[in-house]
Amino acid sequence: MQTAAPFSFERFTFPDLKSLLAKASPLRSGDVLAGLAAASDEERVAARFALADVPLKRFLSEVLVAYEDDDVTRMIIDDHDMDAFAPVSSLTVGDFRNWLLSDEATPEVLKNLAPGLTPEMVAAVSKLMRNQDLISVAKKCHVVTAFRNTVGLPGHLSVRLQPNHPTDDPAGVAASILDGLMHGSGDAVIGINPATDSPEAMIDLLKLIDEVRERIDIPTQSCVLSHVTTAIDVMARNAPVDLVFQSIAGTQKANESFGITQSMLAEAEDAAKGLKRGTIGNNVMYFETGQGAALSADAHEGIDQQTVETRAYAVARKYSPLLVNTVVGFIGPEYLFDGKQITRAGLEDHFCGKLLGVPMGCDVCYTNHAEADQDDMDNLLTLLGVAGCNFVIGVPGADDIMLNYQSTSFHDAMYLRSVLGLKPAPEFAAWLSKMDILDQYGRTRPQLDGQAAQNLLAWSGAA
Amino acid sequence: MTKKTPSGLDPWNALRVHTDARIGLGRVGDGLPTERLLEFQMAHARARDSVHMPFDANSVRAKLGVLDYPILDVHSAAPDRATYLQRPDLGRLLDDASFDSLAQHKQNYDVAFILADGLSARATQDHGAETLSMILDQLGDSWSVAPITLATQSRVGLGDEIGSALGAKMTVMLIGERPGLSSADSLGAYLTWGPKRGQSNADRNCVSNIRPAGLTPKKAAEKIAYLMIEARKLGLSGVALKDNSSSTLLIDG
Repeated sequence: MQTAAPFSFERFTFPDLKSLLAKASPLRSGDVLAGLAAASDEERVAARFALADVPLKRFLSEVLVAYEDDDVTRMIIDDHDMDAFAPVSSLTVGDFRNWLLSDEATPEVLKNLAPGLTPEMVAAVSKLMRNQDLISVAKKCHVVTAFRNTVGLPGHLSVRLQPNHPTDDPAGVAASILDGLMHGSGDAVIGINPATDSPEAMIDLLKLIDEVRERIDIPTQSCVLSHVTTAIDVMARNAPVDLVFQSIAGTQKANESFGITQSMLAEAEDAAKGLKRGTIGNNVMYFETGQGAALSADAHEGIDQQTVETRAYAVARKYSPLLVNTVVGFIGPEYLFDGKQITRAGLEDHFCGKLLGVPMGCDVCYTNHAEADQDDMDNLLTLLGVAGCNFVIGVPGADDIMLNYQSTSFHDAMYLRSVLGLKPAPEFAAWLSKMDILDQYGRTRPQLDGQAAQNLLAWSGAA
Repeated sequence: MTKKTPSGLDPWNALRVHTDARIGLGRVGDGLPTERLLEFQMAHARARDSVHMPFDANSVRAKLGVLDYPILDVHSAAPDRATYLQRPDLGRLLDDASFDSLAQHKQNYDVAFILADGLSARATQDHGAETLSMILDQLGDSWSVAPITLATQSRVGLGDEIGSALGAKMTVMLIGERPGLSSADSLGAYLTWGPKRGQSNADRNCVSNIRPAGLTPKKAAEKIAYLMIEARKLGLSGVALKDNSSSTLLIDG
């Protein structure tokens, strides 16, 4: 679109907004792999100085991928709300950081601002922020959604119960569901990654979760994380679909590599809403994202890893999701090398999503070839709890035996709720109390020999 | 389990027969009992050691000694493990010396076998030679076999460079897979017809989870030999070649 003078600071120049954003980004292996990273620490900070002087308005006139070539760009530009943008429209990126940290930026002001922000503005300001800035501003962004319970209320932390099994064995899945419920997990969703992406496999698993949910009246929602087209197919066959899942990314090309279009997402949302299965709300979509996804599909369009990730949240926002999950360390060390890079990325993603009005949760995770371990996960988990993250993942013993990576466990969620005084979703907490899983102090202390536990075991044995 | 645990493990313990997932762990307050914590640390330590253990090509060479084939050492363009892990592109290219040494053996072969470290050198050292000799037993005498290459700091794509440098019609690479927490020694086999640089993973066939506790080397060898014979017959590999095994790509090509 517009050509302007290059950006510069001291002896460094940056030809366009795209390269300025890339060079200003905190170091990570994915940007090095893509050849986009700053060549030195000095160049990186010089880029931040130059970025701090860029007016926010500039992001509306200089797009990162051409409007006519990319439907994510079109969505960002076409859906931008000028009225909502007004309070910050005269600010530079540097001013914007100051303003976000100021007392003027209250939760209500930030909520109203969200439709006026583009992902590029949000990614830009995140690059000027320390970890503590990312935490303190995110904590002011409350994004509350609902289906059969309420997710994202301040002072609450929900958990996706992830009972994966390498062959989708019903008894194996059921055993993990039971274990998770007894540890107070499952209020974000009971969500299974199926080993096989077929309509039949999806229907079988959906019925399995639906049966336990109805039998013991659990106020939560289910999801089988098949492709959106599979979900559309099974909804047409009256399968009990609560939430529709899809992986999404920040460019049209990357979304095409996932086999999706915007119209598919719209169709799926309409179909799931039409089922009217939500009791207290109708947020029916569950999206997953993660830095590096676009680059790994060779579809990043020369945009740095963190900025293109943030563009995925603009896609998510359009379909009013219940949950958006950044799977932050799954992709491997060629994108996020170590615990430090994973931690930074998790905080960035959570901040950027929340500022855009997206209900962010995080799969705090790593693979065995990354330079990370459980201590790194404890650190990021704790930081995200402080930042007000909507939900985290609960996998038995943190070991996903189907996807072969380490996430957070049911115990980790208990720890986090306990040290920060965070509660499960209110409707779910009431159920946990009824089941003798929460004690009188709100701690997770299941009575394993009680009637409630026996009822759960009886169901599990039958599965 | 007769040991007394703080939270009363027994009601859940029966469920462990249904899954290898780490359920029924018990708890101390909100945390894990000590034994469970250490079990996890040991599993992670083994997985990490598998990733970082240097590839001992000589030990594989010794095991291959009984086979009557020349053996060549090759190295990718990734000089060390740290580079290898961050630059998958370099792990798919040969370094110059390796290219030259392969070029000296260039002929018209039916197949080139490659034993590669990948993300678990341990898998290749423990099961590579055994699996290869079982494949050779299955194939019979009608195959002209290129010198066997032992590839260090290798991604799956390096096989394409090796196969084309040797002039092989097909490559079969046995490579260490990304270790899971309970499967640090898992080997993957990648079969590629007409190997050339920049080959897409969709044009390969994969047999994965080769280890004594998974798909045994013997069963894997039968499957691989079958695929090789079919590939030679059809003159192709990939999705068009029917593969009944799991094709999950555990290696980031």
